[in-house]
Amino acid sequence: MAREVIGNGNELAAEAAIDAGAMFFSGYPITPSSEVMHVASDLLPEIGGKFIQMEDEIAGIAAALGASMTGVKSFTATSGPGISLKAEQIGLGFIAEVPLVIINVMRGGPSTGLPTRVSQADIGQAQYPTHGDYASITLCAGSLSECYTETVRGFNLAEKYMTPVFVLLDETIGHMHGKAILPDLEEVKASIVNRATFEGPIDEYKPYKVPMNKPAVINKMFQGYRHHVTGLHHGDEGFPTEDAVQCEFNIERLVGKINTVAKENDGLDDLPDYEEYMLEDAEVCLIAYGSIGLGAYEAVQKLRAEGIKAGMFRPIMLWPSPAKRIAEIGAKFKDKIFITELNMGQYTKEIERIIKRDDFTTLFKANGRPIAPAEMVAKVKEMM
Amino acid sequence: MAFNYDKYLRVNKMPTLWCWGCGDGVILKATIRAIEKMGWDMDNVCVISGIGCSGRFSSYINCNTIHTTHGRTIAYATGVKLANPGVNVIVVAGDGDSLAIGGNHTIHGCRRNIDLNFILINNFIYGLTNSQISPTTPQGMWCVSAQNGNIDPTFNACNLAIGAGASFVARESMIDPKKLEKVLVKGFSHKGFSFIEVNSNCHINLGRKNKMNSAMENLAWIDSITTPVKKWEALSPEEQLNKLPTGVLREVEQAEYCDLYDMVIAAAQGKRGKITQDDFAKKI
Repeated sequence: MAREVIGNGNELAAEAAIDAGAMFFSGYPITPSSEVMHVASDLLPEIGGKFIQMEDEIAGIAAALGASMTGVKSFTATSGPGISLKAEQIGLGFIAEVPLVIINVMRGGPSTGLPTRVSQADIGQAQYPTHGDYASITLCAGSLSECYTETVRGFNLAEKYMTPVFVLLDETIGHMHGKAILPDLEEVKASIVNRATFEGPIDEYKPYKVPMNKPAVINKMFQGYRHHVTGLHHGDEGFPTEDAVQCEFNIERLVGKINTVAKENDGLDDLPDYEEYMLEDAEVCLIAYGSIGLGAYEAVQKLRAEGIKAGMFRPIMLWPSPAKRIAEIGAKFKDKIFITELNMGQYTKEIERIIKRDDFTTLFKANGRPIAPAEMVAKVKEMM
Repeated sequence: MAFNYDKYLRVNKMPTLWCWGCGDGVILKATIRAIEKMGWDMDNVCVISGIGCSGRFSSYINCNTIHTTHGRTIAYATGVKLANPGVNVIVVAGDGDSLAIGGNHTIHGCRRNIDLNFILINNFIYGLTNSQISPTTPQGMWCVSAQNGNIDPTFNACNLAIGAGASFVARESMIDPKKLEKVLVKGFSHKGFSFIEVNSNCHINLGRKNKMNSAMENLAWIDSITTPVKKWEALSPEEQLNKLPTGVLREVEQAEYCDLYDMVIAAAQGKRGKITQDDFAKKI
């Protein structure tokens, strides 16, 4: 049975992590994400899980990666400055193929920026958080319920694709307190994905010997299947190599196991990568995500009340982007597309890349304040 | 009968990438012999290393191994150990790893007293990257990043560990592998954070630039700057200034972090009351 609960986005994300099977959290306090840590410190020991507040952001993710390397589902939470500090470790997660959920509750930047105010300016950072080539999976919660469901999904994608996954909340969603409808707990448990395991003879265990575009098959540690984890380029068994053919294969596989797979299968799982609202008969399409999507719902309603047939497209999986649907929207709405985001157009660039035009109407804000539905309505009216 | 190292080594990874005469190989062998003495099941052992010459250490031991990023060994190891308190974790890091870029994790690992066996291979230099000064490079030595001579004061790593609260602190050099093996066994047997500094040579990137052209000359220098702690204690303050005491420098029983965490689990599960200051002898 679906559950009605009261909470804020950060708390719901932490509860989702526990329900998704997380048994380890490590992190470092940072506004506006700290409630994730608070709830984790309360709930994890209850189920015999481990929580540790580390000495800095780097250690905050390193310990979680360490736990996950042994096979224990782990997560961490932070905000933009924390991601900047964690960047190198995230890269180890990518190359060594370590599942991890990283919850980023976005605040204004760059640098210390606007610690207590909302922003969506870490979209680009989520796509390329660290040096080198790889592909990132990034989910963006647009409601309290999605803080829960997208965190669960983040764990499942991390395990399925053997990679760090970003779950982006923004300060507004993270601190918004209210009612959320959560899926039935048994359904959530039944949806849990666990990393694949090699069950053949121990001497044939080669965790990185997998075909192109497939994730590594890495067993839990301490069960007889020994392997080596490294941030260096590595061969089938995980040992360092500089072999040109192997290195090329590694990078093509790291990128392909996410981007190519998403392209070929129109997504990485069966769950919705976007939400559409009154888009079917619409003449203008508002594109927004995260907390700004909530404002866009209301803007659509207001515009409709004034006789303008508006609809909304709200991406949930930002990376890899729902490119096929965005292209269709581009073909249908042409220049009658309005994009609004709490940054200077970071996702607009992706939409421009996919649709191959840049004559959209946009409304960007980067001053730590949300975008009110009235502002969106005014802007849309200008373009009609 | 000769000791069978092959049982513990990834023999197909031999020979090591270390330079001829490097102390790392001696430390690897002493570590293996100490593991044998402990009788550990290698399926239940995790060896974690950082970046630099010592970073390769993990790939040579046949168990569960993790080669992490520069300086972060203890942070990764904390996750490994806390998530799997029943396993034996050995952490190997260099002086750059653990005293420069990863200094913060070193002091907090010591403070938490989590049951890690931390081997700091101190060769007084950044060897792999061709001789830049490290926090243990003596003042006045010449390095490629100190073209006019090094003026940076040095860390005394063991004093740092003691100050930060490690419950087992020892220093040895690889000159006497038998002694080293003994101190490693002591450290491995100790419950809590075992901080073991092992002085080693880098005649290639420290020695050759500082009038120690061979491994033997470099080792002679290490020998000249170390003395057993009992003898060290009898020295005058002026003499102590230029000698590093070796042997076990601190060994105390102190609550181990994973054990303390069991209290958290018990409290969270209602099997005991809330944790309060009364649970701890030390209140501040």
